[in-house]
Amino acid sequence: MGRVFSGAVLAFLSPLAAAQNQINMSPGVTEIGADIFELHMLIMWICVLIGVAVFAVMFYSIYAHRKSKGHQASQFHESTKVEVAWTVVPFLILIAMAVPATSTLLEVYDNDEAELDILITGYQWKWKYEYLEESGEPVAFFSNLVTSQEEIYNTDEKGDNYLLEVDEPLVIPTNTKVRFLVTANDVIHSWWVPEIAVKRDAIPGFINEAWTRVPEEGIYRGQCTELCGAYHGFMPVEVHAVSRDEFDAWMAAKRGAAAAQTQLAMQTLSVDGLMDLTGKDDG
Amino acid sequence: MGEHHHGPAQGISRWLFTTNHKDIGTMYLWFSFAMFLLGGFFAMVIRAELFQPGMQLVEPGFFNQMTTLHGLVMVFGAIMPSFVGLANWLIPMMVGAPDMALPRMNNWSFWILPPAFLMLASTLFMEGGAPAFGWTFYAPLSTTYAAPSVTFFIFAIHILGVSSIMGSINIIATVMNMRAPGMTYMKMPLFVWTWLITAFLLVAVMPVLAGAVTMMLMDIHFGTSFFSAAGGGDPVLFQHIFWFFGHPEVYIIILPAFGVVSQIIPAFSRKPLFGYASMVYATASIAFLSFIVWAHHMYTVGMPIAGELFFMYATMLIAVPTGVKVFNWISTMWRGALSFETPMLFCIGFLILFTLGGFTGLMLSIAPADFQYHDTYFVVAHFHYVMVAGAVFSMTAAVYYWLPKWCGRMYNEAMGRTHFWISFIGFNITFFPQHFVGLAGMPRRIPDYALQFADFNMMSSIGAFIYGASQLLFLYNVIATVVAGKPISDEKVWDGAEGLEWTVPTPAPYHTFEEPPLVPKPAGTI
Ligand code: HEM
Ligand SMILES: [Cu+2]
Ligand SMILES: [Cu+2]
Repeated sequence: MGRVFSGAVLAFLSPLAAAQNQINMSPGVTEIGADIFELHMLIMWICVLIGVAVFAVMFYSIYAHRKSKGHQASQFHESTKVEVAWTVVPFLILIAMAVPATSTLLEVYDNDEAELDILITGYQWKWKYEYLEESGEPVAFFSNLVTSQEEIYNTDEKGDNYLLEVDEPLVIPTNTKVRFLVTANDVIHSWWVPEIAVKRDAIPGFINEAWTRVPEEGIYRGQCTELCGAYHGFMPVEVHAVSRDEFDAWMAAKRGAAAAQTQLAMQTLSVDGLMDLTGKDDG
Repeated sequence: MGEHHHGPAQGISRWLFTTNHKDIGTMYLWFSFAMFLLGGFFAMVIRAELFQPGMQLVEPGFFNQMTTLHGLVMVFGAIMPSFVGLANWLIPMMVGAPDMALPRMNNWSFWILPPAFLMLASTLFMEGGAPAFGWTFYAPLSTTYAAPSVTFFIFAIHILGVSSIMGSINIIATVMNMRAPGMTYMKMPLFVWTWLITAFLLVAVMPVLAGAVTMMLMDIHFGTSFFSAAGGGDPVLFQHIFWFFGHPEVYIIILPAFGVVSQIIPAFSRKPLFGYASMVYATASIAFLSFIVWAHHMYTVGMPIAGELFFMYATMLIAVPTGVKVFNWISTMWRGALSFETPMLFCIGFLILFTLGGFTGLMLSIAPADFQYHDTYFVVAHFHYVMVAGAVFSMTAAVYYWLPKWCGRMYNEAMGRTHFWISFIGFNITFFPQHFVGLAGMPRRIPDYALQFADFNMMSSIGAFIYGASQLLFLYNVIATVVAGKPISDEKVWDGAEGLEWTVPTPAPYHTFEEPPLVPKPAGTI
């Protein structure tokens, strides 16, 4: 109980508690994230204003027009004028909302001219990332949850990134337009990273598009957001945005590893050679 | 007139074979309350597991069975049948008819429900467990990847659909044909209007739901590929069909609730409903719009931008007639002579919280923002504000309001008010923080969550236990009233109540309006 109350109080009062008991959407790090956040705040404040006005009238009436205070009921019961007014005015407010909503949506849908394409495939219950590039060794890997069963079943202390950590994160370069091609292998999943404001359903047999341009280096975490079976809660997304140089180095290392793998697979080996390679010599 | 006023048959056959709208209404109401408790029990399991991060009580697979059954039981077992029960009791009495138009079918519409739910609940004990794909049962999780019990789920949905369609046809037939002379359409109480429109919605969309589950059945057992891309089908097609049913469905749930509130607020304001005609038109426009907004549940499936824009604009439009209703209710209260008995308290609770849910609905309708909200706890908060604080609060108000008429006994007012306050507070402790965790990034339908969501989830669970417990008080109050409440005999239980149902004796006799009444003046207008 104590924790509940202190939590609630902290959440409202202390900006320090932001990460702990965040109560609002995060503007994130991308331009689109910021636009969506502003849109969200705009609509929310309009709703708050309307709500305050409407409830003020209601509470005044509850206070002033009580029978217990001897208030006599009037019998008025219609007015075409006010009905028209409260149909037309909200309609105009909606048009005012639709304008920024439309322009933000157009931005979200602007998938052209990406500098890097990444194919994201949802599996029960992990993500697979494939860098789609014309040349070079293909780079592809799975990304699995690494939080231990002991942490989940409460026999071990839970780490800071409990349920939000993976063995191999997706690595993307900053300040680069990255296009995600999202699909799934079995059931529908949905790939979401709140901080970069990308959420796209991963649908088996179809490919969806989304894009981002991350200006800041950092680690961004998210989760699958479409119920996809028993372990739906256990397939997080972890994105590392790194500088272009770092990205290239990472890519080269990945390619090297991939090349070594391919070479290995292509080699024609004698039995002895195979023995050497696996280090298993029963001689 | 009435040579032999026969009463009900005795014993169990009274209930099995009854064609009396009041008996059938009573059975619907008790059945839906039982389902409310069952669905509530599932919710308690969910909230207990979510009390703290980590897995404590159940396994993830079972958790999904709980969320699925909770949703299905609450929507199809608790809310929908409860309003059908209310319609059975009230529509004949409100339009001055002796019974429903099709009484034998009425008996069937009810009696096929309990076996359907028994079958649905029995899936819990089947190999592979109960359905675990959410109440929205998206394919292919609900087809290729579902437990074998899905076939029983499909059969149960079919039966529920048949029951709803029969119930709706009955309501349409009653309202169209059985109104007392002088009861013109624009004199009908709003509850009758909202149910008439709801019945049309039901007749239109339940067959679509039946189609969806039949296609699932074919995919599972007969080798078709409606929803599988591998065979030329499309999983997104399922969502289009489901939500073509599903969005009108949410209005099927809320329109009768609007009707209830439109009866009760004038009664305790002692003033006619403001804008009767505009209420009727607003209800009809909401019903119309509800058919062309379904894809607002699917903003992230990758629709073309033209589709996104169309569904966004259409959805935003729903805020207009919804706003008109709220403004009319408040104008009804304005300069009335208000008193705050339990039914009125629940209606005011409805007014405040439903409006909040409408606001979050408007936020969700903004497609680009929905990319951040979709499938998070923000959506969970939204629909509980409209479905629990909307539909369930209004249903509760209805029971307190009409129960004295039905059984000729007064409920305990102090206990009723206590029930309201505990519900109101418990509800908000449960669901308000869910807006926060949703915005902060917590997905829905997960059995375990990251540590930053811990405090608000604990709060939510505590609120849920409070809200849950307060329903037992409600149950107790109703039983105590029926068995030993203070007898009353005034025809008008409430001094401000208007309408034909208040002109018959209290308690309402087994048969009413065997002779059509004179319709003195329009209910809700002057
Ligand atoms: C002003 C009116 C309303 C608007 C504009 C609105 C809008 C929306 C939108 C856009 C969503 C989809 C959110 C998402 O999944 O990302 C949604 C979800 C939902 N709404 Fe509403 N809504 C309104 C009123 C209602 C009412 C009256 C009800 C029911 C009584 C309702 C029940 C639901 C339910 C059950 C869901 C979630 C379905 C699910 O995914 O499980 N809404 N609403
Ligand atoms: Cu998932
Ligand atoms: Cu909807």
